Amino acid sequence: MPQFLLLKYYRGGPERHHPFPPMDQWDPDDVEAHLAFLRHVTEMLKDNGEYVEHKGLAPSRTWVRYGGPDAAPVTTDGPLPETSDLVAGWWMIDVESQERAVELAAYVSSEPGPGKEPLYEWIDVRELMSEAPSGD
Amino acid sequence: MDEPARRLDEGALRALVPRVLAGLVRRGEDFDAAEDALQEALLEALRVWPEHPPHDPRAWLTTVATRRLVDARRSEAARHRREEVTYDEPPPAATEEGDDTLLLLFCCCHPDLSPTSQVALTLRAVGGLTTREIADAFYVPEATMAQRISRAKRSLRGRPLDQPGDLAVVLRVLYLVYTAGHTDRVDLAAEAIRLTRQLNLATEEPEARGLLALMLLNHARLPARLDSGGRIVPLDQQDRGLWDRREIAEGVHILQSALSVQRPGRYQIEAAIAALHDDAPSPEETDWPQILAWYDDLIALTDEPARHDPAAVLGRAVAVGHVQGAEAGLRETEPLREILGDRHRWHAVRGHLHELNGDLPAAANAYAEAAHRATNLAERDHLVRQAARARAAGYVR
Repeated sequence: MPQFLLLKYYRGGPERHHPFPPMDQWDPDDVEAHLAFLRHVTEMLKDNGEYVEHKGLAPSRTWVRYGGPDAAPVTTDGPLPETSDLVAGWWMIDVESQERAVELAAYVSSEPGPGKEPLYEWIDVRELMSEAPSGD
Repeated sequence: MDEPARRLDEGALRALVPRVLAGLVRRGEDFDAAEDALQEALLEALRVWPEHPPHDPRAWLTTVATRRLVDARRSEAARHRREEVTYDEPPPAATEEGDDTLLLLFCCCHPDLSPTSQVALTLRAVGGLTTREIADAFYVPEATMAQRISRAKRSLRGRPLDQPGDLAVVLRVLYLVYTAGHTDRVDLAAEAIRLTRQLNLATEEPEARGLLALMLLNHARLPARLDSGGRIVPLDQQDRGLWDRREIAEGVHILQSALSVQRPGRYQIEAAIAALHDDAPSPEETDWPQILAWYDDLIALTDEPARHDPAAVLGRAVAVGHVQGAEAGLRETEPLREILGDRHRWHAVRGHLHELNGDLPAAANAYAEAAHRATNLAERDHLVRQAARARAAGYVR
């Protein structure tokens, strides 16, 4: 059955539905409500038999490339470190269809934000390529 | 897991699963509880049998599963402070193996379950695979598969399971198992063939035979389908010496017996097409006019085939390309653009037809479009190679 990543971003993506500050500036209660919702999503996916894994990524980033023969690797924090897309984490899910993945992503996006109002955050839905050759 | 011991027991053990489970269900046990109990008995068998093989494996499994059921009922009874339920002892089971399989397939392929649940439940309750093996086969955690199976069983609770079910759903589920691919640990294609064989012990339905023939005729080509580097080899470049002639002969024989009933259906027709490919000593000798005739029959099964069976229309377009010319084939793909235009297979077929037409730049573009949309790594890599190869050959001209 198809597997998808539901990707959450620290920043980047299409224009936001409405502006909101970074989470460290929210009311502590709102932060709690938000994190509780994310835990609930994980539990719900497990309960549905749709869960594969979930992971978070630290926000610091290092771009690395080969430096050439006998040279050290070249590193940078990016061309536009303040504005480039930055993935915050994901759920990997195993679902019946693409439609189901979209439905779940929209549910994630209804997560409570400041004032416990829905955040309408953009969720990036990416299908994983299957590895096993099909039998047909 | 102890592999040699496991291999020793596996075939015989798993073949017993539907028989024992059907026996429990027939004597009035709840399907859900019986299936759990048998799964526990199986795990115990895998532990115990290598050292202490039982005299009568079926009786052993039935006894252990029954003990589990009684234990479960006792603790439930204690919880609810109820009297222990007694149940009627069954008459000794004298049913055929096929009937057992059929009864359970109807349970597991209940039309109210989702396809993923039908597949998972079938592999466990009829196939005798462990939850772990099914989870591995579908690349999900064991806990997720366990949850999926128990939810499916919960939703079957309270439904009468002694009614004949929907054979068309059973066939679709078995075909889904067949096409789900295989990992190193679980060969789902072989498993699907085994289950479809069992099903055919219980029904005379020609479509069930057609499905078995289709699986065998496709499975026969599997050894030639990937090269030693894991790369996909297209049909017209496969080493036909690697095809399993014994499997082909059996598939053709089963197909002929199905067709003689004169009630054709989708699986019989698809098997007939597969048989024509298998029969050709070389790609050039493929009987395309005959294949096209079968595709005509296939799309005649549905109203508005482009909408309701686009895969058949796409397959037919390839046959048209080989019979009436590539341009004609390409024209046949046009009505599908709206429905399949975002799927890799539509672009891959057009790439093939452009190539047949000698238009390599167009073929390269179509293959690249297909690669862009593939959802399987091996197919994506194959399509990228096709695109690059067509592009390079196109420049040389």
